[in-house]
Amino acid sequence: MTEMIYLDNAATTKLESCALDAMLPYLTELYGNASAVYEIARKSKKAVFDSRRQCARLIGAAPNEIFFTSGGSESDNWALIGAYEAYRRKKGTCGHIVTTSIEHHAVLRTAEYLESQGVSVTYLKPDSEGFISVSQVGKAIRPDTFLISVMTANNEIGTIEPVTEIADAVRSVRKDILIHTDAVQAYGQIHLENIAGKVDLLSASAHKLGGPKGTGLLYIRDGIKFPPYIRGGMQESGRRSGTENIPGIVGFGAAAEAALNELDDKILLETGLRDFFFGKIREIPDVLINGPGPDDSDLARLPGNISVCIKGIEGESALIMMDREGICASSGSACASGAREPSHVLKAIGRADDEAKGSLRFTLSHHNSREEIETAAVKLSEIVLKLRDRR
Amino acid sequence: MKETVVVGMSGGVDSSVCAYLLKEQGYDVIGVTMQIWRPENACDVSDNGGCCGLSAVDDARRVAEVIGIPYYVMDFREKFQKSVIDHFAAQYVRGRTPNPCIECNRHVKWEALLRKARDIGADYLATGHYARIIQLENGRYSICASKTAAKDQTYALYALTQDQLAHTILPIGEYEKSDVRRIAEDAGLPVAHKKDSQEICFVPDGDYASFLEKEPGLTVPGPGDFVTPSGDFIARHKGITHYTVGQRRGLGVAAGERIYVTNIDPETDRVTLGSDDDLLTSVVTAEDVCWMGIEGITEGMQVRTSAKIRYNHCGEYGVLENAGEGRVRVIFDKPVRAAAPGQALVFYDESGTYIYGGGTIIR
Repeated sequence: MTEMIYLDNAATTKLESCALDAMLPYLTELYGNASAVYEIARKSKKAVFDSRRQCARLIGAAPNEIFFTSGGSESDNWALIGAYEAYRRKKGTCGHIVTTSIEHHAVLRTAEYLESQGVSVTYLKPDSEGFISVSQVGKAIRPDTFLISVMTANNEIGTIEPVTEIADAVRSVRKDILIHTDAVQAYGQIHLENIAGKVDLLSASAHKLGGPKGTGLLYIRDGIKFPPYIRGGMQESGRRSGTENIPGIVGFGAAAEAALNELDDKILLETGLRDFFFGKIREIPDVLINGPGPDDSDLARLPGNISVCIKGIEGESALIMMDREGICASSGSACASGAREPSHVLKAIGRADDEAKGSLRFTLSHHNSREEIETAAVKLSEIVLKLRDRR
Repeated sequence: MKETVVVGMSGGVDSSVCAYLLKEQGYDVIGVTMQIWRPENACDVSDNGGCCGLSAVDDARRVAEVIGIPYYVMDFREKFQKSVIDHFAAQYVRGRTPNPCIECNRHVKWEALLRKARDIGADYLATGHYARIIQLENGRYSICASKTAAKDQTYALYALTQDQLAHTILPIGEYEKSDVRRIAEDAGLPVAHKKDSQEICFVPDGDYASFLEKEPGLTVPGPGDFVTPSGDFIARHKGITHYTVGQRRGLGVAAGERIYVTNIDPETDRVTLGSDDDLLTSVVTAEDVCWMGIEGITEGMQVRTSAKIRYNHCGEYGVLENAGEGRVRVIFDKPVRAAAPGQALVFYDESGTYIYGGGTIIR
């Protein structure tokens, strides 16, 4: 097999060696249940506490505001359903949610579920670069609005939303609305140290920043009334019961700490690789860039995200041909079977069906080298040429 | 350099063994499952052994893993809807009895999938059909009966073009079903004992009428009259989509003798009920004709043939002739029973071995 070039870091990342090293003792000799009294249990308890602190730092939160979950999807489900339950208990009515049409399915499907329970939901449409504006959110607010959920950065096209500005604007007019952001794609990728307190709820996941799969967190701002999601043995301050996934949580903490320590270097490196790759891709004729254009000076785009629609080809075929060359990329989002899904995000930013079929997403990490990107770019243009030739 | 072949894998034993055999023969094999379901009904069918639900994907993926070939799921939902389901629904509403496997083979497998296969650099498409491909003395390719008479899947392949046949491999045609199961077992393929799929894959319960009622945007004809062959009223019926020419059960009409649906008229919504004899016909005419083993027949020309009027028909001898306006007819030596408009008339050489061509029955 040819050497693999991994360019799908928004799907998941390689486990960082520091995370693995931190986890190993908890997968072997330190197997104690954090709720027990003896020494190895106390070690587990301390490890969870340390991770909570490490994870909190990335968003400027206090450790007691971090609640570990099974991943980003659970956190998103909890944020929306919990906000609904809290509102319902207080007011006895179903209320209203403002979110966007480009959220991850973990938010969208949960919003649809809440609609089926009687909640009304406004789905804001982004502009052609994927941005949701502060004024859009302001206009959508109703007297019965209890939650605003706008993602920190989009998983397909990399657009970074003005979440803190939205939060400030909403706060200035209404104190009773909860603000949630799905930060799964942004956590550990961009600076978010000022976000806690601005938002009330934030979802993140370990495996997008070099941590293990199966661990995530929900930040719940101190002082808000928020119901538990899983009932049982009162772990996570009684809000999310179940014996802690100690190795997962420890790995999450280690990866989060490393990500924060290296964040500026990572951003610089990934941005450089991204713009180099964009430059190469733009040499291919008839390519549309999805998301904020790379020529903007203050670019609000995830450092490692490249999303394009290549006219006259099917992204599905290109992905398979790249796989055969050892290059791992994506078309944006995939369903459980592994088949391509028509992208709701590309549709929302105005891509025609035919253009959306030619979509490709490359998401880089600090582990990628310039040589890898160069190889990928050469292979990509060869593949596009072949595919166009065969038509 | 090794030749590359894309194998259409349904998760069943035949296509799994197909992939295995080609790998053994030295091809560079790529396994592909076509996703043809719309997302909202993916869950309904996954347990039914229907050919392309999620459980089928899981099976195919496991087989590919065992064989050691790359495997992909490709999205053909839009194409399948347009080419197969919409056509199926439109034909039923017109009182016809379509065979969706023919449309799927023609437009989805050998148009869209073969094109995708060639897109990604493959030389051939292979499937697990019980049929073979031969090149005749006249240079043309044709679909030929498989080695085993017990399994014959040539009928639904009549619409393939010469170019498609030139880029197709059908390895399973060389084997008996029992051989195929044995090969699967010996190779450790996890689907060796999986049972064959029966019904139309997108209507796993066989209830076409209620499937059609759920089709968005489709106006299903309402109740109408059962009439005698001479046009006399017998009773009311549920709507023409509930009936097929040759049907005896489920008519809800009591009669002294056995009665059958002998005709369906979409214009008047009348369904004619008659005797077994009324179902017999010597001449069957077809339109939308595709030629395979021969280039065509000119007016006045007569060719001896063995022809089939439905999938499990064993074939009947007759004479094939040009019926004008792009149509053909077969004049059978002995009358055939219940030729249903919408089904295919497939004409073979006189020994019934390979296909001359086929078309859609109009009467």
